[in-house]
Amino acid sequence: MTAKLSARKLTLIRGESCLFQGLEFSLSRGELLLLEGQNGSGKTSLMRAIAGMLSLESGEIFWNDVPVSDQRQEFHGSLVWLAHRTGLKGDLTLVENLRFEGALRRQADVDPATIFERLGIARLKSLPLRSLSAGQQRRVALARMMMADVPLWLMDEPFTNLDREGRQLVMDLTEEHLASGGMCVMAAHQDVKVDATVIRVNLS
Amino acid sequence: MSAIKAGQPGILAGLLAITRRDLLLAWKRPGDVLNPLFFFAMVCTLFPLAVGPSAEQLTFSGPGVLWVAALLSTLLSLNSLFMSDHEDGSLDQLLVSPQPLPVLALGKTLAHWLISGFPLVLISPLLAITYRMPSDIMGVLMLTLLLGTISLSLLGSIGAALTVGLHRGTALLSLLILPLAMPVLLLGANTVSLAAGNDIYSTGIWALGAYAVGSISLAPYATAAALRISNE
Repeated sequence: MTAKLSARKLTLIRGESCLFQGLEFSLSRGELLLLEGQNGSGKTSLMRAIAGMLSLESGEIFWNDVPVSDQRQEFHGSLVWLAHRTGLKGDLTLVENLRFEGALRRQADVDPATIFERLGIARLKSLPLRSLSAGQQRRVALARMMMADVPLWLMDEPFTNLDREGRQLVMDLTEEHLASGGMCVMAAHQDVKVDATVIRVNLS
Repeated sequence: MSAIKAGQPGILAGLLAITRRDLLLAWKRPGDVLNPLFFFAMVCTLFPLAVGPSAEQLTFSGPGVLWVAALLSTLLSLNSLFMSDHEDGSLDQLLVSPQPLPVLALGKTLAHWLISGFPLVLISPLLAITYRMPSDIMGVLMLTLLLGTISLSLLGSIGAALTVGLHRGTALLSLLILPLAMPVLLLGANTVSLAAGNDIYSTGIWALGAYAVGSISLAPYATAAALRISNE
């Protein structure tokens, strides 16, 4: 089955202003959907709408041509969301946080140690996340994303707080995920260079 | 219901995982946990000091005071049920998780009850002694509190979910919950009073049990719906 994320005639109104109207896109395996636009143009809102956390004024989002609203659990089982806030518990350690995540989602068949090593967080395993820097916490959130066995990655400003090497790492990871048949939706300010089909949506 | 793919952790795994996570968090921050319990113990011990040591008066007002204190301490602790999850974004992650949200809400409430409700039930006989309650009604007191705190935690989780996005929603939370919590308070306090007066009290226990079962089966759905609404 070819997984596919598509949207038809999305309109979102927040307060007085219309963020987007009649927005359409279609995303297949191996493609990156890049959301562009200045601050406040509705990138995060669109991301939340895709994740099913925001009800749209009109329009429908489809996963494998079935409306997401009819199969919320199934759809949520196919995505992982790297949000602006990491959504990790500051009082718990990296391992405790990720163990909890493992009980929510299907996990990829990879050794966590190699992921930690690659992200440069292996030696922080037993520290509470509160004591890590913002960039390091971001890397833990990336680890959560990599450990989930899901086709769709939703990434909201994935480059925030990361150093140059970290930003490159995010691009490498995205590229690998796309190459292995995954899909990405990314909201980003900076230029994203990945070797894959990029569909751009400009919200300005 | 949509079919869950192979490899997706089961519902029970999700329920246990979130309960364990919240218990672990509470273990790392014992102050937050002890606060409501401390409040309960304080109200219950200060009251006899204030009204005087007359045995008749204390036995008469004991069940009521214990029950009011239990209700207030539960309300006090409920405010924080979804607060920290909302602040650090993990509530958003729960909302997009493939586990059914009512199950996660139930798991969180279960952890909350284990932390704040259950210890309260355990120390209640100790406090009841201050009110010269006969020892043979301790069982009734504990049973009513057990069933009552389960209901209160679950009902409160609905209110906590509705007010999670609001700052300082405690007052609103109390207002929302009190009408639903009133039957629990009345049934609980009166059942203990009846038992103390050697009257037939089993009806009250059954009613409290029914209320608890009703809350367990319905409240998680209401909480889940409320979480979705308040997180838009």
